[in-house]
Amino acid sequence: MEYEAVIGLEVHTELKTNSKVFCGCTTAFGGEPNTHVCPICLGLPGVLPVLNKRVVEFAIKIGLALNCKIAAFSKFDRKNYYYPDLPKNYQISQYDLPIAAGGYLPIEVNGETKSIGITRVHMEEDAGKLLHSGESISRSPYSLVDYNRTGVPLLEIVSEPDLRTPEEARAYLEKLKAILQYTDVSDCKMEEGSLRCDANVSIRPVGSDKFGTKTEIKNMNSFRALQRALEYEIQRQREVLESGGRIVQETRSWDEAKGITVSMRSKEQAHDYRYFPEPDLVPLVIEREWVEEIRRSLPELPDARKERLIRDYGLPPYDAGVITSSRDLADFFDRTVALHPDAKTVSNWVMGELLRLLNAGNLDITRSLIKPAGLAELLRLMDQGTISGKMAKVIFEEMFSTGKDPGTIVREQGLVQISDEGELAAVVDRVLAGNPGVVEDFRAGKERALGFLVGQVMKETKGKANPGLVNKLLKERLGSN
Amino acid sequence: MDLHYMTAHAIHKLLVAREVSAAEVAEAVLARLEAVEPVVRSFVTTTPELTRAAASRADEAIARGERITPLAGIPMALKDNMCTKGVRTTCSSRMLENFIPPYDATVVVRLAEQGSGLIGKLNMDEFAMGSSTENSRFFNTKNPWDLERVPGGSSGGAVAAVAAGQAVFALGSDTGGSIRQPASFCGVVGLKPTYGLVSRYGLVAFASSLDQIGPVTRDVTDCALVLNAIAGHDPMDSTSAGYQPPDYRECLVPDIKGLRIGIPREYFGQGLDPDVERVVREAIGLMEELGAVVDEVSLPHTEYALPAYYIVAPAEASSNLARYDGVGYGFRVEGATDVVSMYMKTRSEGFGQEVKRRIMLGTYALSSGYYDAYYLKALKVRTLIRGDFDQAFKKFDLLASPTSPTVSFKFGERADNPLAMYLSDLCTIPVNMAGIPAISIPCGFSQGLPVGLQLMGKPFGEETILRAAYAYEQATPWHRRRPSLEVQQ
Ligand SMILES: [Zn+2]
Repeated sequence: MEYEAVIGLEVHTELKTNSKVFCGCTTAFGGEPNTHVCPICLGLPGVLPVLNKRVVEFAIKIGLALNCKIAAFSKFDRKNYYYPDLPKNYQISQYDLPIAAGGYLPIEVNGETKSIGITRVHMEEDAGKLLHSGESISRSPYSLVDYNRTGVPLLEIVSEPDLRTPEEARAYLEKLKAILQYTDVSDCKMEEGSLRCDANVSIRPVGSDKFGTKTEIKNMNSFRALQRALEYEIQRQREVLESGGRIVQETRSWDEAKGITVSMRSKEQAHDYRYFPEPDLVPLVIEREWVEEIRRSLPELPDARKERLIRDYGLPPYDAGVITSSRDLADFFDRTVALHPDAKTVSNWVMGELLRLLNAGNLDITRSLIKPAGLAELLRLMDQGTISGKMAKVIFEEMFSTGKDPGTIVREQGLVQISDEGELAAVVDRVLAGNPGVVEDFRAGKERALGFLVGQVMKETKGKANPGLVNKLLKERLGSN
Repeated sequence: MDLHYMTAHAIHKLLVAREVSAAEVAEAVLARLEAVEPVVRSFVTTTPELTRAAASRADEAIARGERITPLAGIPMALKDNMCTKGVRTTCSSRMLENFIPPYDATVVVRLAEQGSGLIGKLNMDEFAMGSSTENSRFFNTKNPWDLERVPGGSSGGAVAAVAAGQAVFALGSDTGGSIRQPASFCGVVGLKPTYGLVSRYGLVAFASSLDQIGPVTRDVTDCALVLNAIAGHDPMDSTSAGYQPPDYRECLVPDIKGLRIGIPREYFGQGLDPDVERVVREAIGLMEELGAVVDEVSLPHTEYALPAYYIVAPAEASSNLARYDGVGYGFRVEGATDVVSMYMKTRSEGFGQEVKRRIMLGTYALSSGYYDAYYLKALKVRTLIRGDFDQAFKKFDLLASPTSPTVSFKFGERADNPLAMYLSDLCTIPVNMAGIPAISIPCGFSQGLPVGLQLMGKPFGEETILRAAYAYEQATPWHRRRPSLEVQQ
C-alpha cells in the first residue's frame, strides 16, 4: 500500500528582548550559572510576574508576519508540571486564548508553492538548564540547575498538520527561521537552543482523509536532524503497519548518533497540565491601533524581497530565493548592490564564491570577514581592468581569510594587471621573436597556436597581463583581423 | 494607660510632644512582648534590634526637630507570610522553617519608609490555611481573652499580638476571612481592603485571586493610618489597581446620618449563635440611632460562596505551593533516592495535614475532565456573588453582618472537623470572592468573649467603611477594652 505522511511542527523560539518575560533580568547568553537571576525568575515565595511589553510586541509582529489574526483579548495560563528546571513547578504560558491564531506560511519545495496553516502563536517562559552528574536525571547521584535561561521569553508556533514530506517540514522550518530573523525577534540559533522544534507525525494510505495515530518526536537539534528523524519515523511507522502492527500514540526522542527515534513516554504517562488562568496577571487587551502600528513597522519579508530582486534586478527566481533565505545574506547583497549597481555580477559572486567559502567553513554570513564595501571595491577593480577575473578570485579568497581590503592585497602582492600597451607590446614582440615556428603554424591556419602565444605572454608577465590587451596586440601583429 | 496598650496615633502625639521617647515605647512594648509571650505565643520570630533601630531613628529625627510620619518609631509586627529581607519568613510551615528571603515585600518597604520598626513575625495557620491558627506547624497561639480558646485564623498571631499589647499594630492577610474572623475573636480592628488596593508583592501566595494584605489595629484611626501607609499602586504587582487612594484620615468623621446600611438576610441564618446575633443587632441598632438608614437585603447566592471558595482557593493553592519541592530553597528531606522520591518525601513531611488536604482538593478540581465541572463553575458562582453585591450596593452604601457566626472556640473543638472549621468563615468568604473591602470592629461581648461587627463596602469604598466604623467606635467603649492577661511584668 502507498502511504503518505501527515506532519505538524511545534516550534519554540527564544525572543531576543533585552530582559526576561516577567522580570528585569538580562536574556544574554553565557554568564556564570545562576548569575542572570532574581527572586522573580527563581520563583521565590511571594514574587509576582510583571509582563514585558516587548514580548507582546514581538509576538504580534510574528503573528502578523505569519498572516494570523491577532487576538483583541488574550490571557496567560499556568501549565502545571514538576521538573527541577522549572522553579515554580508551573510554566506561565497561554492555553485557550493565544495572542495570534489562524495564519499561514507559504513554502516552496521543488519549485512548487504550498501554503502551510499556522494554528496558533503563543507566549510563554523558558525553563532552566539541568546538568546531571550521571547520564539522566533518574540515574544521577545529583544534578545541578542553572536558572539563567529561566524566564527568557519564548514563542510557540504551531502549524496545522499540512506538511506531507520531511522536505516540506524542513522548508517550513527554514522559512519560519527566515521570518523570525527578518522581523528581528529571534537569533534562531538551533545549536544554542534559541530555535527548537518538535514534530507530530502519522501516516495514512494515500487518498485517505482520516488521520493515523501520531507520535510526537522531540530532540531534533538541526534542520538535518529534523529531516532525518522524520524520514526515519515515517519509515518506522510504515514498517509497523506493513507488518500488521499498530502505531502507539507516544512521545519519541530522536537519537542523533544512532539515527533512530526511541520511545520516551506513552499517552498514559502524558502529563495532565491542569491549565488554569494565571491569577497573578491581568488579561491582555490588545488595542487595534497598536497592532496596526506594529504592522506598519514590519520589515520587508522574505517573499516580498525575493519578488523585488527578481523584478528590479532580473535575478533568476532560484538565485533570488537563495539570497533572501537569510536576512543577513539579503542585506549583504542589497548593500553591495548599492555600492556596485551591477546586480547580476554581485549575485554571481554572492551565490558563487561567497556561499562556497561560507559553506566550506560552515560559517554564517554575519561571521564573514568580507563586507559589502570590500566586494564592491573588488568588482570595481575588475571593471577598471586593474585586475583580471582570475586574479579577483584569488584576492577574494585572501579577503575572506584575512579581512583585508582588495586594494591592500593588490598592492602587497603586486597583483596589478599590466594594461600598459607599450609595456605589453614589448613582451608580445619578444614572444613572437622567440617562437617563429608557432607564428608559422598560426599563419598556416592553426588557431590554437594563438592560445599558446597568449600563454607565453602571461608566463612572462607572471599572469599579470591584461588578457584582452594581449589578444589584441598579438592579433594586430599577426595580421589576422 | 500602659504604653504597650496605646494606639499608634496616641503614641505619635506623645512622641511629637516629647512626653515620651520612641526608645521608651520600644522598650515598653518589647518588655510586654517578652512578658506575655510564654502564655500567648504570638511570635515565630522576634526582631528587637529592628524595633530599637527604628526607635532611635525616630528619636533622632525628633531631636533634630523634623516632622515625623504618623507611624515613625511605632513597633509593629507582620504575619509570617510577608517576606522580610534577612529575617526568616516561615508561613508557620516546616517547609520554610529556615527560609530567609533576599528581598522585602512591598508593604514591608512602605512601612519602613514610614519609620515603623519591625518587632517580629507572627504565627499563623500554615500557609494561611485555617481559621484557628491550630494549623501552625510550630505551636498554638492563644486567645488573650481566654487562653483556653483559639485566637481565630489564619492571622491568629497578628490579632493576639495586637490584643495582648505585644505590638502596636500588625499586618495580616485575608483570603477568606483571615484578618476579620481573628480580629473579631480577639476584639481588635481588622480590615480586608479591596482586592488590588494593597500590593501582594512579597506576600507568600495562598490563593492569588483572593489574597489581600490588611491592617490589624486597636482602633479605626490606626486602621486608617496603616492603610495610608500600605495602599496604592505597585508596579511589581500586575493585579494592583491604578487607583489613587485618598488620605484615609479624612474619613474619620463621626457622622453617618443618612448612610444606607443593608442587612443581608442570608448572614443571619442557620449556625449563627443567638447571643452573637443579639450583640450584632444591638450594634446595628446603635448605628440606626446615630442616623443610619437600615433595611434588610438579600444576597441570594451566599450559600454557594463557601463551596465555590473551596474550589477556587485550593485550586490556586495547589499551583502556588508547587514550588516547595526541596530543589532550590526551604526544607528538603534527607535520604531521597531520586528526584521523584525527593519531591514526594519533601512534600509529605514538609506540609501539614490541612495544606495537603487543600493541595489535593485543588489538584483534583483542576484535573482534566473535572475542570469545567468544578473550577469553571466556581468562577461562574463568583460572578454571581459579585452580582449580588453589585445589586445590593445600588440601594445601600454599606452592608452589616456578624464577622463570625460564633465567638472564639476552644482548642481542638473543630480541629478534627474541617467542615465545621470552614463554616466559621461563612460571613467573610463572599467578600473575598467578590473582591470588595470589609472591616471587622469590636461591637461587644458574648460569654465574656469579643464579638465583631462586619461592615462591607463597594469596591474601593474603604472611606465609607472607615467613616461608619469610626462613628460607631466613637459612640461605644468596646475598642478601649483590654484582656486581663494575668502575667508578671
Ligand atoms: Zn529575574
